[in-house]
Amino acid sequence: MDFLTIIQVLDSTVRLATPLLLACLAGLFSERAGIFDIGLEGKMLMSAFFSAAVAAVTGSVWLGLLAGIAASLLLAGLHGLASITFRGNQLISGVAINFLAAGMTVLIAQDWFQQGGRTPSLIGGGRFGPIDWPLSETLANVPVIGPVYAELLSGHSILVYVAFLAVPATWWVLFRTRFGLRLRAVGENPAAVDTAGVSVVGLRYAAVMICGVLCGIAGAYLATALQAGFVKDMTAGRGFIALAALIFAKWRPWHAMWACLLFGLLQAIALRFQNIDLGGVVIPVQVMDALPYVLTVVILAGFVGKAIPPRAGGEPYVKER
Amino acid sequence: MDKMPKWADVVLIPLISLILAAILSALVILGIGEDPVAAVNMMVSGALGSTYGWGYTLYYATNFMFTGLAVAVAFHARLFNIGGEGQAMLGGLGVALVCLYVPWPHWTIALLAACAASMLFGAIWAAIPAYLQARRGSHIVITTIMFNFIAAAFLNYMLVNVMRPVGSMDPATARFNETVHLPTLHELLAPIGINFSKAAPANVSLLVAVLACVVVWALIWRTRLGYEIRAYGHSETGALYAGISPYKITMIAMLISGALAGLMAINNVMGEAERLVLNSTEGAGFIGIAVALMGRSHPFGVFLAAILFGFLYQGGAELALWTNIPRELIVVIQALVILFTGALDNMVRMPLEKIFLALRKGNA
Repeated sequence: MDFLTIIQVLDSTVRLATPLLLACLAGLFSERAGIFDIGLEGKMLMSAFFSAAVAAVTGSVWLGLLAGIAASLLLAGLHGLASITFRGNQLISGVAINFLAAGMTVLIAQDWFQQGGRTPSLIGGGRFGPIDWPLSETLANVPVIGPVYAELLSGHSILVYVAFLAVPATWWVLFRTRFGLRLRAVGENPAAVDTAGVSVVGLRYAAVMICGVLCGIAGAYLATALQAGFVKDMTAGRGFIALAALIFAKWRPWHAMWACLLFGLLQAIALRFQNIDLGGVVIPVQVMDALPYVLTVVILAGFVGKAIPPRAGGEPYVKER
Repeated sequence: MDKMPKWADVVLIPLISLILAAILSALVILGIGEDPVAAVNMMVSGALGSTYGWGYTLYYATNFMFTGLAVAVAFHARLFNIGGEGQAMLGGLGVALVCLYVPWPHWTIALLAACAASMLFGAIWAAIPAYLQARRGSHIVITTIMFNFIAAAFLNYMLVNVMRPVGSMDPATARFNETVHLPTLHELLAPIGINFSKAAPANVSLLVAVLACVVVWALIWRTRLGYEIRAYGHSETGALYAGISPYKITMIAMLISGALAGLMAINNVMGEAERLVLNSTEGAGFIGIAVALMGRSHPFGVFLAAILFGFLYQGGAELALWTNIPRELIVVIQALVILFTGALDNMVRMPLEKIFLALRKGNA
């Protein structure tokens, strides 16, 4: 395996890690506030469809992005309604949202475009194009640093950079602002937050909505940057891999980035090499597919440090008995 | 004192939730420019208008009874088993191994063996998440989700690399032997003079599913173990105080749940496909969630809800065949049912409780 191959695999790692990272940070906000969210997948899918559909109709990818975020927010609102206002089971609500998105996207796609549940392919302004960093052409021939700069850092779509900038931003919001402190407190001990005179419901809705926005960006990235258009079930379990990454990272932003990069790397390797031959021992591609989940189970089992979720996660807050 | 009479809790709330889901589904059909009344008519005639339709409806219902019971048993112990899909996949592997590599003299013995194998494989797949929940405190919902994906990858590997017949491109096992063919409803009903459709896949597994409903009912409400499971589900601390081991109940409830989900394979793998294919479960494990919620985790409720979903599935297939409405409409309906009967339960319950309280005050 030569240097250029490594760079190419790492490059596709970054591309594949981006939707995971956005969804993972989305889940981070929600779960830190005590709202479990297994509906990341559904929100991404809904956003992927509406961003691609609106981008295809209007020819503007930015309008598509807005539409995707709006669609994702709608589902986030539904999740909030079920799990905060009506104190329902957050896990069941998440399951419902995943199915709702899986069904509605195909239904609407068929109605609007009649192409068997997909949108037309996006061209030109309908997609997020790569952003070339200054001098990447000239530097490309410099050994080692050139390819790293030109291939790995430069030439991604803007949403990739948004995703990676969202990591320090998330860290800063959660750990350096009053809002973040309260948000984390509401996931650990909502009664204390309530006693301090801060609205538990308001904070949780805020967290769920931030989650919706990030999932919206993740879905839009899938349909308008990573690929050119929406196809049925295009999220392909990424919402759950993001969930796995979140646990893997033990609900911390920087660790979330590394976990998503690791899972992105696994996807990139599986995509490029299929079955890997390690001197006689062949690792089948399915092992690479299953590895994120196996790793998460190992982490969950507490064999490699214990993953402790926010204490009030999954429990609706009841003010008085 | 209960806020509501029991019948309201058991019948009225699911009914209202169902009506809400139906109204929204009708709006969705209207939204994509089709006629909801015509769609319902077509679904009824397609799913219930002929023995062919009934055969498919009952075939799907058989799947959903198994997975619905699986989710319901776990619900009684307040465990949410989302892993029915993976457990059913593994059950399929068990059935395939038994049917392919053992020369059975007669289908009855083969069915018993297949039941045992599918239950064993399903239970094993549920055992690991159950152990991790009971002993290491990892959340069962997350682990069962992960195990669904691991099961899919594992089955993919087995079918592509191990069990695929030489020379075949299709990632599936060879066809099972003729002797393990399960009698379909056509073959069962022909001797007593009922001419049931030959093409429909409903088979003797339906009887096994009904039997499973009865057994689960007896287990939950008529045995000591069932009492312990329900007690644990109601209050973990209360159960602990009564000397019930949380570890034991978590493990047993999940093993039963996994075994029931695995048992589904006798219907879809042995009864219908007669070989193991990729994605043989077709999401039935997830529909079990809707079925269990709709049926209020009671075996009889699960039985009715499974037939309702069987009807929706077959009706939806007919719609997709004859109209512009894609099959995914059923996924939407399923989502709405889960949403209203599961997540938004309080939205229906709270106003109803107020009404009943007001009525009671009026009477007193």
